[in-house]
Amino acid sequence: MSPSVMVYTEIRNGSIHPVSYELTGKARELADKLNSEVVVVTLFNKLEEKVEEFFSYGADRVIASQDDCFKLFNQEIHTKVMSAMILQEQPQIVLAPATTGGRTVLPAVAGMIHTGLTADCTGLDIEEETGLLLQTRPAIGGNIMATIKTPQHRPQMATVRPKTFKIPEKRNASGVIETFCLNDDMKRTTIEILDYKPLEAGTENIQDKDIIVSGGKGLKRKEGFNLLKQLAGILQGGIGASRPTIEAKWIEYPHQVGLSGKVVSPKLYFAIGISGAVQHIAGMETSEIIVSVNKDPDASIFQVSDYAFCGDLYDIVPKMMEQLKEKIADPVKDKEGESHV
Amino acid sequence: MNIAVLIKQVPDTDDVKLDPETGTMIREGSGTIINPLDLNAIEEAVRIKKQLEDDCEITVLTMGPPNAQFALREALALGADKAVLLTDRKFAGADSWSTAKVLAEALKKTRRYDMILAGEKATDGETGQVGPEVAAMLSMPCATYVSEIEHNENTVVVTRTVEDGTEKQRIQFPCLITVLSALNNPSMPTLNGKMNSRRADIITLTSQDLDIKPEELGLKGSPTRVVKVTTPQKTRKTKRFSGSKIEEGILELVEEIKSSVLNQ
Ligand SMILES: Cc1cc2nc3c(=O)[nH]c(=O)nc-3n(C[C@H](O)[C@H](O)[C@H](O)COP(=O)(O)OP(=O)(O)OC[C@H]3O[C@@H](n4cnc5c(N)ncnc54)[C@H](O)[C@@H]3O)c2cc1C
Ligand SMILES: Nc1ncnc2c1ncn2[C@@H]1O[C@H](COP(=O)(O)O)[C@@H](O)[C@H]1O
Repeated sequence: MSPSVMVYTEIRNGSIHPVSYELTGKARELADKLNSEVVVVTLFNKLEEKVEEFFSYGADRVIASQDDCFKLFNQEIHTKVMSAMILQEQPQIVLAPATTGGRTVLPAVAGMIHTGLTADCTGLDIEEETGLLLQTRPAIGGNIMATIKTPQHRPQMATVRPKTFKIPEKRNASGVIETFCLNDDMKRTTIEILDYKPLEAGTENIQDKDIIVSGGKGLKRKEGFNLLKQLAGILQGGIGASRPTIEAKWIEYPHQVGLSGKVVSPKLYFAIGISGAVQHIAGMETSEIIVSVNKDPDASIFQVSDYAFCGDLYDIVPKMMEQLKEKIADPVKDKEGESHV
Repeated sequence: MNIAVLIKQVPDTDDVKLDPETGTMIREGSGTIINPLDLNAIEEAVRIKKQLEDDCEITVLTMGPPNAQFALREALALGADKAVLLTDRKFAGADSWSTAKVLAEALKKTRRYDMILAGEKATDGETGQVGPEVAAMLSMPCATYVSEIEHNENTVVVTRTVEDGTEKQRIQFPCLITVLSALNNPSMPTLNGKMNSRRADIITLTSQDLDIKPEELGLKGSPTRVVKVTTPQKTRKTKRFSGSKIEEGILELVEEIKSSVLNQ
C-alpha cells in the first residue's frame, strides 16, 4: 500500500466542523485512486459527536488526541503536534480546511518540514501517470485557475475551503480510535490564550450559510439592511455586505464579503445594490447561484450573475419577498426537521 | 523595540475592470502599489513607535525586482526608518516557501527583531502563507488574522478575528503577526516624508549575502510548480430582467430556489 492520505480536522467549540467530513470524503476518493489509506487526525478537548463518525465518512484510521490544551485554539501547539504526526505517519498527502485555523497551522507546518502547500484549492485529483496530487485553485480574483503540483517534496499539502466538496454518503464502517500522546515539549508554548468571545447571537459566521443576502452602497442608507434582513429571514440566510457599507458603519466587519473580507460560497448569493468591483467578486464568485439587483444596466455584477434584475432595489426586493413568502413552504419548520437528520 | 514589516509590491487592481467578453481582468495601464494589508502593518508599526516616543526602529523588507525599491521608499515616507531590498534573478519564480526562506534569512541577517508584521495575504498571490512560514523558519510563534495589537514590554496582546468570534492571545517576543484591514486606517505619506524618502539609502541584499543553499532559491527551490493555467469559461447563464419582465424573472427565480436550493 502506498503512503497515506491524511486529513487535519477542524473542531470548533467542541463539535466537528462539517468541512472535516468533506475532506475525509475527498481523501477517500484520492486514496482509492492511489491504493492507500485515509488517516484522520483530530485534536480536541471535549467533543459532542463521536470520533467514530469519521469511519463512516471514509476513514481507515482515526488518530485522536484529547487534551485540555486543545480547549481553545493554540496555533503553536497545533503546529508542533501536526508536524510530529506527519513525521510519524509519513503521509504522501495532507488535506486541511482553509479556515483561519488551517490557514495558520498548515503554512507553519510547511515551513517547518520544508514542503509545498497550496492554498484554497477548489479541485483535487490524482495525475494518472505519476500519481501526483493535482491541486487546482483560483488566482487573481478567480479569473484564472492554476493547477499546481508538488513534484519532489512530501507530503503534498493543500488547504480547501469549506463547502468546496460534498459531505459523502455515510456508510457502515467502524474501527478503533488510535490515541496520540502529547509530550511536554509539544505542550510548551509562548502563547497564552486569554479570552475567546463568540460572535453575538444572530451574527453567526456567514461562511456557514447556504444562502447569503448581501447589500452594497446602493442601499443608500443604513436602514436598507433591515429590508435585506427581512429577505434573509424568509430564507434563513445570512447577511453579507460590500466594503463601503462597513466603512460607513452601516454593518460590522464580520459581514464583509470580498478580497479583504470573507470568501463565501453559498448555494444562493444575492448581491443587492452592489456594483461588482473585482474585490467584491473575488469573495463570492464561486457561489452556486448568483442573483443581482442593480439599477445600472452596465453594472459589472451582472456579468457574474445567473439572475440579473435591472431596476430599483426598493421596488424589486419587496416583490421578491412577496413571491417567496407565498410560494415556499415554511423554512423555519423545514430547517428544524432537517437539522435533526 | 525593533519592528520589521514585510511588504510586497503588487499590481494595482483598484481600478481594473472585467473584460465583458472573457470575464478576465483588464490589467493594462495598472501600476504597482504596496499590498494594501501591508499598509495596515506599516501604520501599526508607526503607531507603536509613536507610543514608545520613538524608542523604536522600524525596518521594512521586500523581496522583488529592483523596482520594488519604490514600495520601500513609500514605506519610508510613511514612517519606516530602514529599508531592505532583497533582489536577485535567482529569487525569481519563488513560491510561498521559497519566498519565506529568503525573508527569514534576511531577517536573521539584518538584526534581532522583537516583532515582525506582515499582511494577512497579498492581493496578487492570495496565499496568505508567507507570514506563518517565515515564523516557522525562525522558530517564532505567529498570530494570524489580527485586528488589534496592544504591546507591552516583552509581550504583545493580540485580538484574532476568526470565523465564529474573536480570540485574545498574549504572545512573547520575538513573534510574527499577520494583520487584517480592520486593524487601523492607513495614513497618507507626508510631503516631508516623501521628499526625504527619495534620497534615503536602501540596503540591497542578494543571494550571496544570505545563507541559503542554491537549490533552495527561486523557482528551483520552490516545492510547488504551476503546471497549468486556464481561464474558466463563463458558465453563468445570466438571464436579464428589466421593466415589465421583472415579475416574470422573480417567478422563475422563486421556482429555482424552491427546487435547487431548498429542495422543496
Ligand atoms: C485593496 C482593496 C480591497 C477591497 N476589498 C473589498 C472587499 O473585501 N469587499 C468589497 O465589497 N469591496 C472591497 N473593496 C472595494 C471595492 O473596490 C469597491 O469599492 C466596492 O466593492 C464597491 O461597493 P459597492 O458595490 O457597495 O458600492 P458602489 O460601487 O458604489 O456600487 C453601488 C451600486 O448600487 C447601485 N444602486 C444604487 N442605487 C440603487 C437602487 N436604488 N437600486 C438598485 N441599485 C442601486 C449602483 O448602480 C451601483 O452599481 C476593496 C478595494 C481595495 C482597493
Ligand atoms: N516578496 C515578498 N516580500 C516581502 N514580503 C512578502 C513577500 N511576499 C509576501 N510577503 C508578506 O507576506 C504577506 C502575505 O503574502 P502571501 O502569502 O503572498 O499572500 C504579505 O502581506 C507580505 O507582508
